[in-house]
Amino acid sequence: MSKKVKKRLITILLSSLVLIIATLLITMNLKDNIIYFYSPTELQGASIDKKNIIRVGGLVKEDSYEYNDKTKIYSFIITDNSNDVDVEFVGIMPNLFAENKGVVVEGLAIDKKKITAIKVLAKHDENYMPPEVIDALKKEGQWQEK
Amino acid sequence: MHLKLPNKIIDSLRRMLPAFIVATIVTFTVGIYYAILNSPPDYLQGDSMRIMYVHVPAAWLALSSYSFLALSCIAWFIFRNPIFNLFAKSIAPIGATFTLIALVTGSIWGKPTWGTWWAWDARLTSMLILFFLYIAYIMTWQTITNKDLAAKISAALGIIGFINIPIIKFSVDWWNTLHQPATISKLSAPSIHISMLTPLMLMTFAYVLFLITLFLIRYKIEILDQKILRVSS
Repeated sequence: MSKKVKKRLITILLSSLVLIIATLLITMNLKDNIIYFYSPTELQGASIDKKNIIRVGGLVKEDSYEYNDKTKIYSFIITDNSNDVDVEFVGIMPNLFAENKGVVVEGLAIDKKKITAIKVLAKHDENYMPPEVIDALKKEGQWQEK
Repeated sequence: MHLKLPNKIIDSLRRMLPAFIVATIVTFTVGIYYAILNSPPDYLQGDSMRIMYVHVPAAWLALSSYSFLALSCIAWFIFRNPIFNLFAKSIAPIGATFTLIALVTGSIWGKPTWGTWWAWDARLTSMLILFFLYIAYIMTWQTITNKDLAAKISAALGIIGFINIPIIKFSVDWWNTLHQPATISKLSAPSIHISMLTPLMLMTFAYVLFLITLFLIRYKIEILDQKILRVSS
């Protein structure tokens, strides 16, 4: 290795180190701005402005999904198994919306326990299975609905 | 200093270009047959999940291409051999195209599953930044007429942009995102059934062959470009 090459190698290693540290500092400090949604627990600790749109995500709690025919209001509870947030929504539900499945809602917080949603997004997980396999697993009692 | 070995490898690969083209077409045909006709729908998403077979390989190769570009830039910075610039210049438009494919197919997939075309979550945003990085790299070479200066600025840009690659990869683990975490890289139990993994792997193989084919063609063009420059100046 020539002297020049060695010098450049050191330059690039040092500047990479600085770049990585700088990026780590930035991303760690921007955490609140980078997250797409709050979990119900994170929401309790977050400072929220009631005029600003926020997003909350988690699982749709079992037996909490209701639709009021008269008012056209959908209501359900988002949970992360330690905290719950009530949601009310008027609009079109995504096809994949279901109890015990992931969901992200966008809307205005009435307080830290209640949100009026403007948009409901279904969050799906990273598991892909054919329907028959799911049926077989359920039969054997090996499939756990989360 | 001249690197004889990479040139030798690329020369022999270039002689195999017709074989690569045929192999690409064949694997794509088999892959698409498996992806559309010979695989089950997802239990939850139904047939819309099939978009994964074009979306995921495109995203993987978008990241791999950028890593190759950045490593070439680093190698150029250290060894100052122009061949590394030709590598980076050849891969840039290909990587940009794969990024665009991943973004567009992701958007088409997002509408029926999530219920939105786009979300400013960490994964989607960092992927959009990757696309801009590719465009910026290509534009540096096109707008700066002084080739020495263009080499320096584009290499710096390519290297700095490298930091975005781990951010894209781990964005779904570090932050709350609408995008689901990775299916394949998990060490725990497989979260994709073998009947769906087969078309995914076939399509990935087809994409890789397609990438090599495009790269060989692009590299030849870059070499010819250099020769024209040398003759005309």
